[in-house]
Amino acid sequence: MTVTATPGSTSRSTARSARKARQRRLRRRERLTTLAFLSPWLLGTGLFFLYPLATTAYLSFTRYDGFLSPTWNGLDNWRFVFQDYPFFWPAMRNTLWFVVVLVTLRIIAGLALGMLVIHVKRGSTTLRTVFYAPFLAPPVAATLAFVFLLNPGTGPVNTILGHIGVTAPSWFNDPSWSKPALSLLALWGVGDLMVIFMAALLDVPRELYEASALDGAGAVNRFRHVTLPHLRPILLFAVITGVIATMQYYTEPIVAGQVASGQIAGSGNQFEPGYPGGSTLTLPQLVYNLGFQRFNIGAACVIAMVLFVLSMVFAAFLMRRGSGFLAGEDL
Amino acid sequence: MATVTVQPETPTAPSQTHDVYRRRRILEWVAVHSLAVGLALLFVLPFVFIALTALMSDQQSLTRDLWPQPFAWHNLVDVWHTPGFPTWWRNTLVYAVAGTALTLLSSLPVAYALAYFRFRGRNVAMMVVIATMMLPPQVSIIPLYLVWAQDFHLTGTLWPLIIPLAFGDAFTIFLLRQFMLTVPRAYLEAAKIDGCGDFRTMVRVVIPMIKPAIAAVGLFQFFYCWNDYFGPQIYASENPGAWTLSYGLQSFKSAHHTDWNLTMAATVLVMAPVIILFFFAQKAFIEGVTLTGVKG
Repeated sequence: MTVTATPGSTSRSTARSARKARQRRLRRRERLTTLAFLSPWLLGTGLFFLYPLATTAYLSFTRYDGFLSPTWNGLDNWRFVFQDYPFFWPAMRNTLWFVVVLVTLRIIAGLALGMLVIHVKRGSTTLRTVFYAPFLAPPVAATLAFVFLLNPGTGPVNTILGHIGVTAPSWFNDPSWSKPALSLLALWGVGDLMVIFMAALLDVPRELYEASALDGAGAVNRFRHVTLPHLRPILLFAVITGVIATMQYYTEPIVAGQVASGQIAGSGNQFEPGYPGGSTLTLPQLVYNLGFQRFNIGAACVIAMVLFVLSMVFAAFLMRRGSGFLAGEDL
Repeated sequence: MATVTVQPETPTAPSQTHDVYRRRRILEWVAVHSLAVGLALLFVLPFVFIALTALMSDQQSLTRDLWPQPFAWHNLVDVWHTPGFPTWWRNTLVYAVAGTALTLLSSLPVAYALAYFRFRGRNVAMMVVIATMMLPPQVSIIPLYLVWAQDFHLTGTLWPLIIPLAFGDAFTIFLLRQFMLTVPRAYLEAAKIDGCGDFRTMVRVVIPMIKPAIAAVGLFQFFYCWNDYFGPQIYASENPGAWTLSYGLQSFKSAHHTDWNLTMAATVLVMAPVIILFFFAQKAFIEGVTLTGVKG
């Protein structure tokens, strides 16, 4: 042991191989440094991304209640979810509704507010704060607040609408108004997009506006031919991130549904999800309902896989088309 | 200034066109500003109604009244003394503070490596980061829950929420890397010539230079934890001692389901810290949001 560990053995080698060895050592050191810096993420990706993903995929082909060990049942869960499970297609339709309507409305509102704040000459900082602050309201608190504001009995909104002679809808208690009510809530929190659009709008060279004004372009034409082309990349970014966020739409609809229906929340409590009439049901809620309330883990994993595939399709789209935002220097 | 330059070829009646132009400008100014004030009112009104309802007496909150008479300030105190409320506060604070600290500590070196090191598979690594960022939490929740429940017996505590944050967070890594790429290379090379290793370079050179970005990213993570509902619902719901404000608030509503005044008082107490923090850190925050969308 004492003999092999002595440095005398390396002193015998020639100068060239010593340099090579040093180089190799240096490279190995470099690799070890890289590995050390990346280690939290490598572990995290394995433990919290790859492992659960593989397990979810596996469990989607098994019959499993969380207690007895899972048994393989092939495509049974997939067939059940797509053919027999009554909530899957409504949830899919609702998710699609939210993806189309919420994303569109939020982008239009964010852009309009951003343009307004930029055009206001006095108090634009205060205005920006006012429009931005609701975005930070914790979702559960904001949802509770809106269920109260829009409740048909004592809610201030319907009270005021009644005073001016409008017959107000029942919002969160009416299947055809619950989604518009959630949209109002989402529009209240549009501040993040507004700030992003403001920055992009301020980036448009002023000379272009002046030049097109001199050419006799009206406000509409200036918006179409100067503003929009400059905003295209940021719009694409807003659309794709909006779509991905909306596919995860969970807290607001589930809280609104539970609170409006007066259900007692708590573990083990089961209720028909998506009150009223399944109109606020989204895909992520099905994972919770099937997996954690009905213990049909196989079917819950099928829904999780559907969510995964949909998100990754959009993520891939973002990486290809919007790589300007994602790449730094090279990717 | 613009009024003079725009109409150079009307020398006959300059004062008239000038007047027309000025009148149009004034009208435009009034239109824009009244629209702005109107919309600002719409955005503020929900806060106003929440606050007003929070201060109504029990009987009054069952009516359609909009103005509290008399002001029941004790509602806020009563809510604070609801069993559990201080615990939810403490849990939320622990989750948000520990979560943010761990996220930053674990994500900084990863972001540093992805920004500056050249190694095989770096692009693949970046793509995995982006994919993770976009992954709905529901996709991986079932296997993770099973591990936390069956192997570690840690459900009903805050640990399943906090521990994963010690392994880097994709969104944080991604943003920090983008900010690090804006640091001029010359600083890094100078540090290297002075004999700094990578760790020293990161701590002494890069981190001080992107401090505002770290503040913004930290705030994002803090708010994410503070607002998180899904995580606490899955892991903490079985033990009221581990509830956070978001989860507790909803159960509060269920327990007091006719008392909108107390529910709104609780809502005020949950919203207040976030809004107050925002007013103190407004600049860092808005800059951070801006950079997330405009970088690159």
